Amino acid sequence: MAYDLVGKDFTPPDIVAKVTGKAKYSEDFRVEGMVFCRLLTSPMPHAKINSIDASEALAMPGVIGILTADDLPPVQAPNKPILTNEPHYVGEPILALAAENETLAQDAIEKIKIDFEPLPYTVDPLQSLYPGGPNARSDGNVAGRGSGGAYVKETKWSARDFASAGEGQLPMGPPQDEWQYGDMEAGFADAAYIMDETFVTQGLSHHALEPRSALSYWQNGKCFVHASCQSQSFPVPFLAGFIGIEAANLVFVAEFCGGGFGAKGTAYTEMAIPAHLSKKVGRPVMMRISRAEEFFVGSARPGFQGRIKMGFRKDGRMLAADLYIVQENGPDVGMNDYVSAADAVSLVYTPENMRFRGIPVQTNTPPRVPQRGPGQNQIACAIEPLLDKAAKELGISRLDIRTVNAPNNGTIYGPRKGKVTSAYLSEAYAKGAKEFNWDERVKQSGQRNGSKVIGVGLGAAYHEAGYSGFDGLCVLTPEGKLNIHTGVGNLGTYSHTATSRVAAETLKMAWENCEVVRGDSRKHLPWNLAQFGSNTSFTMTRTNYVAAMDAIAKLKEIAATDLGGAADDYDIGGERVFAKADASKFLTYAQAAQRAVELGGKFSGAEAPDNLNPMTKAATAGVAGSGLVGVAKDTLAKEGSAPAFATGFMQVEVDLETGKYEITDYIGVADCGTVLHPMGLAQQIKGGGVHGIGLAGYERHVYDPQNGLPACVGLNQSKLPTILDVPSTMGAFAVDVADPMNPVGARGIGEPVQGCAAAALLSAISDALGGHYFNRVPIMPDMIVNAVNGRTQSHTPLQVNTY
Amino acid sequence: MTVESFDPATATPASGVSRREIIKSVIASGAVVSAGSILGLSGCSPGETPAAATSAGGVERLISLNVNGKVRRVDVMPQETLANTLRYKLGLTGTKLGCDRGECGACTLLIDDVPVYSCSTLTHNVRGRNVVTIEGLQAADGTLHPVQQAFVEELSPQCGFCTPGQIMSSVALLKSNPSPTRDEVRQALSGNLCRCGAYDHYLNGVMRAAGRV
Repeated sequence: MAYDLVGKDFTPPDIVAKVTGKAKYSEDFRVEGMVFCRLLTSPMPHAKINSIDASEALAMPGVIGILTADDLPPVQAPNKPILTNEPHYVGEPILALAAENETLAQDAIEKIKIDFEPLPYTVDPLQSLYPGGPNARSDGNVAGRGSGGAYVKETKWSARDFASAGEGQLPMGPPQDEWQYGDMEAGFADAAYIMDETFVTQGLSHHALEPRSALSYWQNGKCFVHASCQSQSFPVPFLAGFIGIEAANLVFVAEFCGGGFGAKGTAYTEMAIPAHLSKKVGRPVMMRISRAEEFFVGSARPGFQGRIKMGFRKDGRMLAADLYIVQENGPDVGMNDYVSAADAVSLVYTPENMRFRGIPVQTNTPPRVPQRGPGQNQIACAIEPLLDKAAKELGISRLDIRTVNAPNNGTIYGPRKGKVTSAYLSEAYAKGAKEFNWDERVKQSGQRNGSKVIGVGLGAAYHEAGYSGFDGLCVLTPEGKLNIHTGVGNLGTYSHTATSRVAAETLKMAWENCEVVRGDSRKHLPWNLAQFGSNTSFTMTRTNYVAAMDAIAKLKEIAATDLGGAADDYDIGGERVFAKADASKFLTYAQAAQRAVELGGKFSGAEAPDNLNPMTKAATAGVAGSGLVGVAKDTLAKEGSAPAFATGFMQVEVDLETGKYEITDYIGVADCGTVLHPMGLAQQIKGGGVHGIGLAGYERHVYDPQNGLPACVGLNQSKLPTILDVPSTMGAFAVDVADPMNPVGARGIGEPVQGCAAAALLSAISDALGGHYFNRVPIMPDMIVNAVNGRTQSHTPLQVNTY
Repeated sequence: MTVESFDPATATPASGVSRREIIKSVIASGAVVSAGSILGLSGCSPGETPAAATSAGGVERLISLNVNGKVRRVDVMPQETLANTLRYKLGLTGTKLGCDRGECGACTLLIDDVPVYSCSTLTHNVRGRNVVTIEGLQAADGTLHPVQQAFVEELSPQCGFCTPGQIMSSVALLKSNPSPTRDEVRQALSGNLCRCGAYDHYLNGVMRAAGRV
């Protein structure tokens, strides 16, 4: 389908502010009377606080006040508290102190005396599952979100469970979750090749470059929060809940966000600290979060200790997969990555029979929250290299084993036998193979140049990428402008505007006459889903489409009222609503908007549909009378889940003497339906590629098991890829086939573009080494050197937090 | 209440405003927070707070800085970093603090055309030198610097937080090497982390700008 705006590049309205330094992030705001707070955080991995003596600190001139967990309503365990009297990880906030200046606040913090009672702790899930092993929490060692809400319990496996696992293999005691479909025994019985492999994927930090600083103050009964958040409307009710106020009394400003990658997807507890403290001390409070603090409170991706048994037919078809994942789940409710990982296996490789078992186990490490492709990208790192191994054993190509298992439009997956809205992963493999010139490149595999050897690899990843049921709001003004109100947020993808352009496209508006209204809850923003989960492209094209369709219906009604005939007799174009039979009978959009103001009711926004979210109703009331208001809830059909798939193709040169490697080429291919914004998509594919290189080759948590202390706090320790760690140029391509369940055919993409690159790097390194599979990420240079020289690795197969 | 209306560029002695008036105006606008207000949040343990910073400590001294071609008079503590002087006393928040410990490069600016990390530069050490921040690149008529313009055209930033630093490193490179190779640009930007991974687009932006400066 031909579009005027969809699929075209544009200059995002927020980009000039980013290149001139005018973009205001949360720490860039100043308020009269502002004071600073510093956090006192836990020095211990797990402890109970018997007493806090802040008298000396509070007596210091210029110290204004203190906030402790006792000032806050109790939180139902195992949910994450705002402040705590039982810290569960080093760096967990215990109290916040406000002072006239930050130096003074820190000095005062040093004067506070806390009586800590150390408690048992662990940084290794298997240690906690072992009989008599330590629990990360006083109330148990297994926690998560079940069908009945958050739970916490104690689970121990038997010594027999551990002993029966086999050397270096994951023990598989009683799981917390399990599901199965098909006949596992029959699947394995028919297999030509069966593998049973144990793997480890690392926990790692998000390390958004902007720490989660926040400014808060109270004015006229409302609480103002300037925060670093990926999302705008969705966090509001949750943050209001943390603060203890009605959502309508929260002013939330999140116009710019310096990176989130999942950890700032919605409201997080730290946002509420300056709000509570400001209320208590009666002054605006700026909470600057340091890089080190961001490591701790900034959360992390859960690592896996897993095992998978897979049976393949001769042609590579996966007949059976039996997956077990032990997830390091951090100190609190954590995240269901392990469940998502199983869904991903079921969809990306469509095994004919599959069983999943998994258990989340608490550790005294930073909280686990979504990180780009939560579950899906870890499992891509684990499974994709094993596909290479199976292909080698079966004597088929690494491309063919992926293609033969790829899903299509008719695929049914997972325990609930879910459908997909569409799937073109095979096409993404084919496109990547063609653009990368795979058939020729693989001939270079193993070529030596001195101590260097060439490897080529490929990989794929998936994430669910779109939801429904949110609201759209746009206003045609009597000046002839279209204001598109979006509550989606500013993750840095420009999709706030790419999706808003669908309203303009639908109304056939010239883009220069449109404005995207966003970034501040006072701007009358609709209820939109958060900017996480790769969903924006799918979800918010739908909301903007239904809002525009509502506006078109109203334009036609107004034309029929003023010019005669029925609404159906009219059409739109050229920013006019005109009679189909006689185009000289028309109202301009500006005229119709003026008439909408005069008519009132639903036309002006004075009345709003009942099915809207209260936030959207309030937003509609806010814009009422300013023009013709298009507002609607997305009730469009959606059958199946909307998937995002991506494939990556990579070439490396591995130095066998040093274990270092250079990535000489990378391309990524997206299956994300219709491409909304080509340059934005390229940014995601390439940026996700960089992030994936970090996931597979560089970044990790390192925790000392003896003391529960981290050795990876800094950016250089963690370690993020620099510009010299990634290829100088990267390629980005798309399948670009429309999804039938979206009005413009779009689906999301942000997450799998990381996982596919990570998998491609693992695949390429293993290829360079002639088929050595590490069953572990990240692959570090010392691991490569050990593998090349046939030495045992310095870590045991199931060890976590390795350096 | 916020200071969006405050224009630091006009609050200079050069504009004929007395120091007392400047102080009054910035206090009224809230642009300046109290002296010695900002820690060097080094990310180290609290115990490593510089001794000079104790008791909101150190003695402030009034010094002149040349920032973006204008002389700015400002009270500065001995241990104060340039990033914090700019952000909290001169209202120039375009310089970002990503780590405040010399790891990420978000605070990069130019001192006599050389790119430096302003989180790791003491303000007292730049007296008499020419400091250029991201706010100093745009022409008075609003025309973007060629690097800024190229970054817009190449959709170089994602979240934008590292962008001012990437731009300042790029500007420094093009001043000394107006026609760099792509690999020379990589080397020049290697001190600027981008967590969004927008490196390819930044490289494209600098290569595009190279022909225009």
